[in-house]
Amino acid sequence: MHTVIDTAQLSPNVTRLVIEAPRIAEIRRPGQFVIVHRAPGAERIPLTIADADPERGTITLVIQAVGKSTEDLVALRPGDAIADVAGPLGKATELLDHGRAVCVGGGVGTAVVHPIALGLAALGVEVISVIGGRSKEWVIFEDELRRAGRVITCTDDGSYGRHGFVTDALREVIEAGGVDAVYAVGPVPMMRAVAELTRPYGVPTFASLNAIMLDGTGMCGGCRVAVGGKTVYACVDGPEFDAHQVDFRELADRLGTYRDFEAHALDVARKRRAEAQSDSADVADVAGSAPIHAPDGSCLIPGLATAAERQEAAAVAGEPRA
Amino acid sequence: MTNQPTPAPGTGGPDAALGDTTFTPAFDHPLSPKERMTIDRGHMPEQDALLRAANFREVNLGYSQQLAMLEAERCLQCKNPVCIEGCPVRVNIPLFIERLRVGDMDGAAASLLDDNALPCVTGRVCPQEIQCEGRCVRTKKGASVAIGSLERFVADWAMAHPDRSTPAAPATSGRSVAVVGSGPAGLTAAGELVKQGHDVTVFEAFHAAGGVLIYGIPEFRLPKDIVQQEVDRLVASGVKIETNAIIGRTYTLRELRERFDAVFLAVGAGLPVFMNVPGENFKGVYSANEYLTRVNLMGAWNPESDTPVLKGHRVVVVGGGNVAMDSVRTAKRLGADEATIVYRRGKAELPARAEEVHHAEQEGIRFELQVAPLEVLADENRWVTGLRCIRMELGEPDASGRRRPIPIEGSEFVIDCEMVVVAIGTRSNPLLTASEPDLALNQAGYIVTDEHGMSSLPGVFAGGDIVRGAATVILAMGDGKRAAASVDAWLRGAYPPADESLAAAAATAGTTSGG
Repeated sequence: MHTVIDTAQLSPNVTRLVIEAPRIAEIRRPGQFVIVHRAPGAERIPLTIADADPERGTITLVIQAVGKSTEDLVALRPGDAIADVAGPLGKATELLDHGRAVCVGGGVGTAVVHPIALGLAALGVEVISVIGGRSKEWVIFEDELRRAGRVITCTDDGSYGRHGFVTDALREVIEAGGVDAVYAVGPVPMMRAVAELTRPYGVPTFASLNAIMLDGTGMCGGCRVAVGGKTVYACVDGPEFDAHQVDFRELADRLGTYRDFEAHALDVARKRRAEAQSDSADVADVAGSAPIHAPDGSCLIPGLATAAERQEAAAVAGEPRA
Repeated sequence: MTNQPTPAPGTGGPDAALGDTTFTPAFDHPLSPKERMTIDRGHMPEQDALLRAANFREVNLGYSQQLAMLEAERCLQCKNPVCIEGCPVRVNIPLFIERLRVGDMDGAAASLLDDNALPCVTGRVCPQEIQCEGRCVRTKKGASVAIGSLERFVADWAMAHPDRSTPAAPATSGRSVAVVGSGPAGLTAAGELVKQGHDVTVFEAFHAAGGVLIYGIPEFRLPKDIVQQEVDRLVASGVKIETNAIIGRTYTLRELRERFDAVFLAVGAGLPVFMNVPGENFKGVYSANEYLTRVNLMGAWNPESDTPVLKGHRVVVVGGGNVAMDSVRTAKRLGADEATIVYRRGKAELPARAEEVHHAEQEGIRFELQVAPLEVLADENRWVTGLRCIRMELGEPDASGRRRPIPIEGSEFVIDCEMVVVAIGTRSNPLLTASEPDLALNQAGYIVTDEHGMSSLPGVFAGGDIVRGAATVILAMGDGKRAAASVDAWLRGAYPPADESLAAAAATAGTTSGG
């Protein structure tokens, strides 16, 4: 069991959890992740280690609540326990040991790029962090990144820092010259945009891939993605890869495998929570017996519902079922 | 010497002998071999095929006490019991059957548990027809003794009566052993080593112990609470288990060697093998490892589990082994109307246990035999829509002795489906092995050991799939048992162990069982 020591909400849907994990705190290196299994019946979720305190025996995880499982995690309070934390997993970041590096963080990815920035700074590399969010309240880890060097903050709506995307600011930094490497962590479209931006400049660029995985040891193959035309496993061969070689389209596509399931599960979970908090009969009516998995498996693979309907229609018409 | 004198009938009185039942043995004296030969093999009661194809409850329901005791009468108690030679862990089969026959359940359980650390598991998943039962002399004239079913019966009885079958704790040796991996090889070795008084810690990468027994083999073939009880019994006997510990990441092998007097590596062959055909990364293609882990370990068969699993109306499973059968029968239970095996050789070559193939056929699984996959097809959103295949004919036997499949030109066709599960094998996982350059590996990445199971590193032993490549639960358990004897010899300064020590231990178990 791993006790939650501290929690803080960093942005409208991003929460920081500090949890006890002494062994991992002692040996983890930048870029590595853990797999968190909150309780029996919960999902196993890969989360990059945002920070660690070996003396206190704690690690920091930064979680974006996007589904039922992540909402359950960010609902944890100090003193609560997490059943299982496995790691540290993945290869550590190959850190530059001299020169100038740019660390690009988008949304929750800013927390993931943080240990890389600190690791680079500790090796004497000049670090420029370019981070962004939709608006001011979505910007996280700005102060923490200042410990590594200069920080350029961007917001999509201009409510804070520079107005625009991180790629706009990154272009200026690269054009100013002297950039030896770029480390990018964030949503897939952002990482792909960063890769396309740096490619013509020939600047080595690394992206950290947040693929779907179960075990984190190479056993399930769920995190497979094409890099340089060859299928690799994000969990053991990565999570960081040469961004110029990553098939981001495939990565984004595979990340969407369970989108319908997740939307359904989140819906059910929220209704159940609402039901637990109020005695409102109409809410209870909806949520009462709905399972997390859609009762009709057809919702999980798009197009299946229509296939089922086709079969029903065929059955009605007297044709044998396929 | 294994022709044990028959215990006096009714030893201990019928009530004590039969545990909770009030059944009284009808046989007051042993039957003659001729009389035994007249008894037909007892059929294993099972769930109706149509019913079970829609649920995850166990297919086989197990013998009743009466059925078990009747089946035990079929054993001829051979002077030279060849069935034992067919067993990778050398269970003294005639001994536990004879004790069962006379109703001495305590004795039967003690004997079985002394030989086999996981009898509830092996009684369910062993390919008995090519092991003990395949050697049984009764196969010369009809059906073998149902050794697996009897093992399962005695093991389940022991599980239900823990107070009656717990051996006394041995004197501690003062030596410690790390076992890496909590699958069948690791758990068996741990059970054997703790019996010798060693301080044993098992390291497991997942959040629960059992390895392939919990993530791979489905609930309907091996209920997870049975595995948990076997693990609990080992823990009760003194085995420590550290979950969430990945050797090569959380700890290094070097650290384990510093902390422990010996190490046994039983990490399995964990990496999935894919088909290497176009379209394998489309949505709807799973490795069997991922599919079964989602359903079994993560409980996705249960609609209340947070872990999702894709469900298709038409599911194709590529492969012909036990893992393929487990996958296709799982897909059926998750609602597939059409669950199909695609295998490139013929029915006779299917590597799966005969019982699994039989059960699959009963449950309405389709078999596309002598068919090989060429390409996974998908729609514009990259969801699987089909598997393009080609028919094969069987040519001359290849290196494996099986007839080599050869593509038939122009025979390509498409199987429409929403899901493809790839179950064509696994290979070694380099996570641990690559972290220790001095650990000798063969070309395929498996650990090289001497004939007693020791690797190139002194005091580091290895067994199971990480040495022999993907195989069965029972072969891994045999490795675990043999390695435990070697580790014990090493810890006592008597390495290498005397040859045939394992067979000798099995053969003499009759005189020591119960202690």
